[in-house]
Amino acid sequence: MANKHGIMQIVSNVKIAKDVYKMIVKGDGVKYIQRSGQFVNLKIDNIETYLRRPMSICDYDYATDSLTIIYKVVGRGTRLMQKMQPNEYVDMLIGLGNGFMIPNSIKTALLVGGGVGVPPLYKLAKDLHQKDINVVSVFGFRNKEDIFYEEEFKQFGQVYIATDDGSYGFKGNVIELIKEKKIRYDKYFACGPERMLDGLVLFDHQNGYLSFEERMGCGFGACMGCSCKVKTAPYKRICVEGPVLEASEVIVRG
Amino acid sequence: MDKRLEITLPGMTIKNPIIPASGTYGFGYEFADFYDINILGSIMLKGTTLEPRFGNPLPRIAEGKYGMLNAIGLQNPGVDKVMSEELEKLRPLYNDVVIANVAGSSIEDYIETAKRISSHDKVGALELNISCPNVKAGGIQFGTDPTMAKELTRRVKEVSSKPVYVKLSPNVTDITIMAKAVEEAGADGITMINTLIGMRFDLKTAKPIIYNKTGGYSGPAIFPVALRMIYQVYQAVNIPIIGMGGVSSAEDVIEMMYAGASAVAVGSSNLVDPYACVKIIKRLPDLMDELAINKLENIIGRSHNNGE
Repeated sequence: MANKHGIMQIVSNVKIAKDVYKMIVKGDGVKYIQRSGQFVNLKIDNIETYLRRPMSICDYDYATDSLTIIYKVVGRGTRLMQKMQPNEYVDMLIGLGNGFMIPNSIKTALLVGGGVGVPPLYKLAKDLHQKDINVVSVFGFRNKEDIFYEEEFKQFGQVYIATDDGSYGFKGNVIELIKEKKIRYDKYFACGPERMLDGLVLFDHQNGYLSFEERMGCGFGACMGCSCKVKTAPYKRICVEGPVLEASEVIVRG
Repeated sequence: MDKRLEITLPGMTIKNPIIPASGTYGFGYEFADFYDINILGSIMLKGTTLEPRFGNPLPRIAEGKYGMLNAIGLQNPGVDKVMSEELEKLRPLYNDVVIANVAGSSIEDYIETAKRISSHDKVGALELNISCPNVKAGGIQFGTDPTMAKELTRRVKEVSSKPVYVKLSPNVTDITIMAKAVEEAGADGITMINTLIGMRFDLKTAKPIIYNKTGGYSGPAIFPVALRMIYQVYQAVNIPIIGMGGVSSAEDVIEMMYAGASAVAVGSSNLVDPYACVKIIKRLPDLMDELAINKLENIIGRSHNNGE
């Protein structure tokens, strides 16, 4: 029987870009993770935060019982997370959602990330690289200050960066960059704002896997708070049948 | 099994008074990932309608201090699929009977859904949802007008082969009027309270966070409101009450039973802590010892007898 619950100890919690923090935690709950692209739902012990916070898993390692999340400070919950200190404990539900399935027989994978949509692609890049699949990464940020993990992804292949204001790399969005550089791939794997994901589906609705973000009540399929309409079923719950959907089933602005 | 926790209700004798509340527990099987759900007294299923419903557009969820807002809008696969698929998925995981939550837009919808689902062998009782605040037609209009509530309850009682509990809304001026109305119509019990209608706004855009604008507020913040209403209804009617509203501990359960609840449903707590029901059930016997409570059934409504 699955359990999915872990009390995890914070190893580090440091700033890596403007408003963006990287938290490493350790504990035996790491064993509940099955693959990259899954998420944790963490409890912040405070009167302001009744519900848990779903956060994508950036990296994990069974040998050291550790997992990494990268989050942007955007509201009450993440402001409280930013203040958490090493050695404190965090209550997490771990290994939620379907995660990224890597299809057989692909030679080149394109990773497309937007802002804090980049983190869940990191462990995926590692896994693809280990399977000898070429990795090309295209990441979009608002500006130079927001960029993180460019070097980390370079160890797995070429990395292209786009910024909205052109302060670093390509000026424009990730789709314009993919077109401009004529990037070829067998499948793409994407995570980022819904506008970016919708744009990708309109660009290529056959060869992609997209990880969606949604407000959740529970994170494990009980409350129906995150259901979205898809072409292949009456609905899918982003927390259980997602967060990763196939491009061919996504209803744009659905 | 500890007989001290056993409760007898119309249609079912349950091994303990703890029941996950409708809408916070899906159709039960999702929680089997976390623990053996056979520990539960019963399960209140996700609200079920005649036809499948997708529910409201997203966002459907927001939060407040010690509570949450939801506007799911009765998403469910429709009564036929609930009976043929959802209850069959639950069957191997849960041995006791469950309480089916029946919702609809018209009296005819409720009647047909109740007729069908009450025939299922896993269903021990119905919970008539006349208080969902998140759907436009039906739902709460039946729960705020005593004449309509009475009529609906009477008609559903005629077709249901199982006891019928009616779930009351707190969004009324005097909840005892509604309670008396459904009792007169033949309701076997009352479940209360549903969520309180609330709103939250986005600081930057000034727009409501929830697409539906309003949602139902639940969680520990509403617990005292639930206690007060159960206390009032216990004095107004003679049918049993399954209490709910912000329960998150064994202590809350005892308090709610003192107020007049015969059993207690746990709602939002399940979403925040999937082990909430288990923790409460495991804590109850020790807490009963501490409070010198021999049998839980003896404390129902104790607050009304000067604590005797």
